[in-house]
Amino acid sequence: MRQFIRGAFVIARRDFAATVLSKAFILFLLTPLFPLLLGGLFGGIGARVAAQTETPVVAVIASQGEFARLLRSRDQLAPALGRDSLVRLVGYELEADADGQRRRLLASRDPPLRAVLSEGFGEPRLVGSLDSSAIEQVRLILGTARSESLPAIRVTNVQASSGSLDRQRAITAQVSQMLLFFLTILLSGMLLSQLIEEKSNKIIEVIAASVPIDALFVGKLCAMLAASVLGILVWIGGGALLIQLVKHGGVATLPPPAVGWPAFLVLAIAYFATNYLLLGAAFLTIGAQAATVREVQTLSMPLTFAQVLLFGFASTAVGAANSPEGIAAAVFPLSSPMAMIARAAEEPGLWPHLFALAWQALWVAIILRLGAQLFRKTVLKSGPRRTWWRLRRA
Amino acid sequence: MLRQVQNVASDTAPAVEAIDIVKDFNETRAVDGVSLAVPAGSIYGLLGPNGAGKTTTLRILLGIIDPSSGLRRVLGRERPLDAAEEIGYLPEERGLYPTMPAREAIAFMGALRGLPLAEGRRRADALLHEHGLGEWAKKPIRTLSKGMAQTVQLLGTIIHKPRLIVLDEPFSGLDAINQARLEELIRGEADAGATIIFSTHVIAHAERLCERIAIIAGGRVAFEGRVDEARARLRPIVRLRTRNSAGPWLDALPAAARREGDEYVFELPEGGPEPLLKALIDGGAGIETLAIERPGLHDAFVAIAGNAAAAAMAEEKGE
Repeated sequence: MRQFIRGAFVIARRDFAATVLSKAFILFLLTPLFPLLLGGLFGGIGARVAAQTETPVVAVIASQGEFARLLRSRDQLAPALGRDSLVRLVGYELEADADGQRRRLLASRDPPLRAVLSEGFGEPRLVGSLDSSAIEQVRLILGTARSESLPAIRVTNVQASSGSLDRQRAITAQVSQMLLFFLTILLSGMLLSQLIEEKSNKIIEVIAASVPIDALFVGKLCAMLAASVLGILVWIGGGALLIQLVKHGGVATLPPPAVGWPAFLVLAIAYFATNYLLLGAAFLTIGAQAATVREVQTLSMPLTFAQVLLFGFASTAVGAANSPEGIAAAVFPLSSPMAMIARAAEEPGLWPHLFALAWQALWVAIILRLGAQLFRKTVLKSGPRRTWWRLRRA
Repeated sequence: MLRQVQNVASDTAPAVEAIDIVKDFNETRAVDGVSLAVPAGSIYGLLGPNGAGKTTTLRILLGIIDPSSGLRRVLGRERPLDAAEEIGYLPEERGLYPTMPAREAIAFMGALRGLPLAEGRRRADALLHEHGLGEWAKKPIRTLSKGMAQTVQLLGTIIHKPRLIVLDEPFSGLDAINQARLEELIRGEADAGATIIFSTHVIAHAERLCERIAIIAGGRVAFEGRVDEARARLRPIVRLRTRNSAGPWLDALPAAARREGDEYVFELPEGGPEPLLKALIDGGAGIETLAIERPGLHDAFVAIAGNAAAAAMAEEKGE
């Protein structure tokens, strides 16, 4: 055991240093910025285009006083209906040729008017090409403008009702499951190619003669887990800072999980580790069989789809942790961490998590053991000649 | 199933022992009943043509692969990995991490064998200086020449002062100067008490270095013993030059005698030199020179390995 631990530690230390101290790791740390930047860039352009083309603009031919009341009414409704989706109003003074003015306005491209509202609050007339939703919005704006103000309601906030709590926890479950899935899919893929280096530069012979192959696998897995955790800590720090800056009330406003935030965060880290180790052990085993980088690349696509399937299976546990599907997802080793993190968000009680973590750790050990044996047999060409079917025939 | 033996090392026990080791790769038998014993503190050569099974035998002895059947015992242990901290291994296909600095590569190889990293770095610096590579200590392996990288790997093999050093074709790829240095290093390690096993298909190295050898051909041990015992397998060669080209003395020559220039060359007859000399003198040969040469290891190797390979081929045809 001492030799095993020492060997795994030596391998892990080498791999961790080689990964973290490389220039490529800085690029790796910046990875989440790319989708954010792309999202920001394309989202901004899309929003601008959508705002210009989709939010209907209605010309209002009315006196300044009436138009001001309509604008106030629109402002009152904006929080409920969404400021960006609510029809925009542009005011115009009534001209002598009312029909001609209406035709000119409907032909206007700047702003791109969709309808003209005229003839005051008494018998308002809307001419244009609005859909029913926009027409209802205009009706609401007019109605609110007529009554001048909305009725006041005395509001008392409680921390959570049972209905809202379930919904919030389901959101927390989904978000945490999604995060676990994305982090694992982003990070564990690296393990596919982990043994290519040793195999291509032939140092595998020296390692195989010095430490058990299991120790090589464990060392590599732990090194990549440590590098991934380092990356995640940087990303979480940056993410929390961003939420703090962007969202009112900061991280405290996120929906609370059933086991409470401290336990949930500990479990999230533990389940990320087991999820990474489980999938990583499987990937390391599969990748170890590949002889070239080309083979690894070919393998990565079906494995990504397999991960998506596992995520889909685990997502059946959201909102139904105790259903047969939810329990099956929690028991199946490769979907267990994702199913259990959803459970932590929705169901109180820590004992099931201790069992689940032990169960997942057992499977990590089993997969690594099988992977090391397979590596010895197929790559190092070790093991007895007779295969099981030959033994049976004999 | 391997036979259970006591895991006890003693001073008299061989450092490495293989008993009837067999290794099959699918339908191919790479090692076919190899048995050998390497005395502790000796330099032992594993000789054989390419593809004879030398590397597979070494990999089995080191525990990289398991035999299909047979028993191995290394430094008193049946599981070679249990003795890994006392073994150094230079594989035939050299390999180092290309981005790793030379001293780190050596220290890493030591760490794999249980040497603390700090001590490994200290020893690596000393060894690199000793071998004229001091200024390359912090340079990545990829910037070193092939010979330098091989030296670095060799230093990594001995950094932890192993009791057993296994070198697979250590001289291949080295120039004459580095080959001589390596021979010196091997002798130095043996003088310090280490047991050294190396495989080679270049006989000259084995002849200069080894006390004992095993000649492997076709996956089998065709000969195992001292170098002079191998040589003794062949009869001495007689080179004879005479003044007279004909006469009754010609009847004293064996039928297999051949002419090489103005000499007759033949194996010394069973009776030894005295009856031969008498017959030549009595037959009026007019002896100018007569030399009796002891055969070299190369001749013994060619004869033993060639015969074994031929026998193996004949056996395969018979099957």
